[in-house]
Amino acid sequence: MISILGRGAVLLALAACSVGTVTGAIAAMRGSDKALRITRTAGWVFGLALVGATLLMEYALLTHDFSVSYVAEVGSRSTPVWVTIVSLWSSLNGSILLWGFVLGLAVIGLVETTRDRYPYQTPWALSVAMGVGVFFTFLIAGVANPFEAVSPVPADGPGANPLLQNHILMVVHPPMLYLGYVGMTVPFAMGAAALLAGRLDAAWTRLIRRWMLIPWGFLTVGVILGGWWSYEVLGWGGWWAWDPVENASFLPWLTATAFLHSAMVMERKDQLKGWTLSLVLATFLLTLLGTFMTRSGVFNSVHSFTQSPIGPVFLGFLAVATAFSVLLLAFRLDSLGGGSRPLAAGVSRDTAFLANNLLFSAFTFMVLLGTVYPLLNEAVTETQISVGQPYFDRMGAPLGVAILFLMGVGPALPWGTGSLGSAARSLAVPGAFGMLVVIGSVLGGIHAPWALATFGFGAFALGTTIREVFAPALARSKALGETLGRSMVTVMSRSRRRYGGYIVHVGVISIAVAHAAAIAYQVKEPVTFVKDTPREVLGYEVTYLGAEWEDQPHRKSHKAKLRVLEDGRELGVFEPRLNYYKKMGTPIGTPVVRSGLTEDLYFSLINIDEGAGTASLDVMLHPLVWWLWFGGALMMGGTLVAGWPSRKKSPATKPATASAAK
Amino acid sequence: MTSTPAAATGSNAGGRRVFLVVALLVAASALGFVAFGNIGENLVYYWDVGQLHDAGDKAVGATIRLGGVVKEGSVDWQPDDNHLEFIVTDGDREVPVECSGAPPQMFREGIGVVVEGTMTSGGVFTSERLMVKHSNEYKAPEEGMSADDRKELYRTVEDL
Repeated sequence: MISILGRGAVLLALAACSVGTVTGAIAAMRGSDKALRITRTAGWVFGLALVGATLLMEYALLTHDFSVSYVAEVGSRSTPVWVTIVSLWSSLNGSILLWGFVLGLAVIGLVETTRDRYPYQTPWALSVAMGVGVFFTFLIAGVANPFEAVSPVPADGPGANPLLQNHILMVVHPPMLYLGYVGMTVPFAMGAAALLAGRLDAAWTRLIRRWMLIPWGFLTVGVILGGWWSYEVLGWGGWWAWDPVENASFLPWLTATAFLHSAMVMERKDQLKGWTLSLVLATFLLTLLGTFMTRSGVFNSVHSFTQSPIGPVFLGFLAVATAFSVLLLAFRLDSLGGGSRPLAAGVSRDTAFLANNLLFSAFTFMVLLGTVYPLLNEAVTETQISVGQPYFDRMGAPLGVAILFLMGVGPALPWGTGSLGSAARSLAVPGAFGMLVVIGSVLGGIHAPWALATFGFGAFALGTTIREVFAPALARSKALGETLGRSMVTVMSRSRRRYGGYIVHVGVISIAVAHAAAIAYQVKEPVTFVKDTPREVLGYEVTYLGAEWEDQPHRKSHKAKLRVLEDGRELGVFEPRLNYYKKMGTPIGTPVVRSGLTEDLYFSLINIDEGAGTASLDVMLHPLVWWLWFGGALMMGGTLVAGWPSRKKSPATKPATASAAK
Repeated sequence: MTSTPAAATGSNAGGRRVFLVVALLVAASALGFVAFGNIGENLVYYWDVGQLHDAGDKAVGATIRLGGVVKEGSVDWQPDDNHLEFIVTDGDREVPVECSGAPPQMFREGIGVVVEGTMTSGGVFTSERLMVKHSNEYKAPEEGMSADDRKELYRTVEDL
């Protein structure tokens, strides 16, 4: 029954977005209001049908309806309810359905934010977005159909991938990434619409920027949560391995970040239109590439599902979308016209933004090259290789430090013409702060060059950011005699976009510093403990008290109990474990992490030999890891500050009321 | 560059644009050169025992993911100093492996493993990373095996 309903909903969505793609184009070319109305309705039908199909699948999962093929594939009566819910994205066909769900919501959002506005671009944007929808619903209806009817109906299923069941973070990490990936469809459609309509005004630019900021925020959170999950679950003590699939999520993040900066130039100076739109289009294409790499099984990775027929289809769509983007840029860019306000050279914010874009492009190129190189190599020589982590670390470190440097310089420079002298004056204090931090670090025994560079330039960037945040409020409170706090609130609420950006910057600094410190100074000691024999490990006294089994419906856990003392004071009994899942021959570990502001103590269980009374563990110390997650939270908070919708709908009235208040 | 506005006109602007394009091209090719060089130095090779033998001296110092089976009766595990030695075989040729760190729970003789490390000039493979494969059935790589099958040989538990 659910198979039929679900399939019906998917086919309805396919019909709706096919109609919408065509009527949207007609509305754009003929200026027909009727066609536009039909397109909007089609958008709603498309979105609601896919939301409905996803809810039906969740219902089938929760009621253990094994007559539905996807439920038979990943469902199980013995898993906890939360695992059953998240099973939706535990395998290929379900995750494509989730993709459709998010795309449905995005199209509805696009329909509503453009209703009765932007008459030139809106029909094209709807048409392109639903064109992308045609491809995805085609997948859900065809090769990746999760609603096939299974007969005879099995009594129970195997359950979801154990790695997903192993940690609660799996509830949020994949949907966040999907919201980020799929959300990029909207700015893509908007960018393509600007080119198709031959119009890119300030209002449309702001709209693209806002719709880029939302998926960018989700992507940021998704990537950081993925790192956190890796750290908490996989037991190797790291959060980023430059795994091809991790890179696949990082690439669109890089180009989207470049866009968020160059869009400011476009909005203010009416320049860099072609470049900025290229970044929008490239971001979407990179999300497609990322999905292809994740879902086609071309890589061995934590993330790859089994070999799947979806790969070639995806590659085909990627080729079509790339050709569409390149042709659009080649033939329609001139229609947008050149900017009237030239960029300033020399010591100006304009230059800083240009340099920012160059660095982010270089970063993208570097990661992309390292990621696809093994594929190209394999195609040519048929030998299997991968590009090792040292390549990415060595290439990424100088680029990352240069980006930190720019982050410290850019915000302090004026738009237009600035002078070297005034720049030096505003950068003197942050520069001195950076120097002090470097000197202090050296005296404190830190000698790793990239760690020192990151600390120094990080402190420099932090200094500039703090100055830019507080200086205007200080000036205002002095001039008006207000309290500083009140001035802060007023100043920040007037340009939330800028201050949100600064908060994000502080988050990035926090992550960069933590990452550099952890790379340079993490230590790992493999130890085999003998029962009841205390051992000194990395400055802690650790005693293995014995092993214990714990039974849960969906798994059995073998725990090693460790008493840990620091300077004779007991920190507690830690229980890293190995989890055994049904139908899975090998156990999956759950490490124990004792997190602190300066360092994490990390126990990863390797094996337990109850006969010999021993347990082998990797004991690790990771400095500053807490600051990675803290930086991620700051980035999320900053994005919310910058992107939260204003209460007043019409932006045109805002400056007027603001100046009236003065 | 000093703080001259870019609003310059005529041939000056044109010359400037050419200069910018050339500068960008130089920077891009420099980056490409450095990146390719760096990739070349940091490749990880996925080899089986036969390929490792065939590589000869090329294997010394290179980062290698070696796939094979743990030979029966070859495991020597010293818990006190966390030292593990065993032989990886493809049923025909063999490589002695030394690992620092404990063997994973499922590690045993006859199981398929992937070890990441490098060859020493003494002919011993040293590794700090040992992964056990999904199943105990290990098929030795054969001539004419498809790339996908070969890839499957290196799919480990951690890769899932």
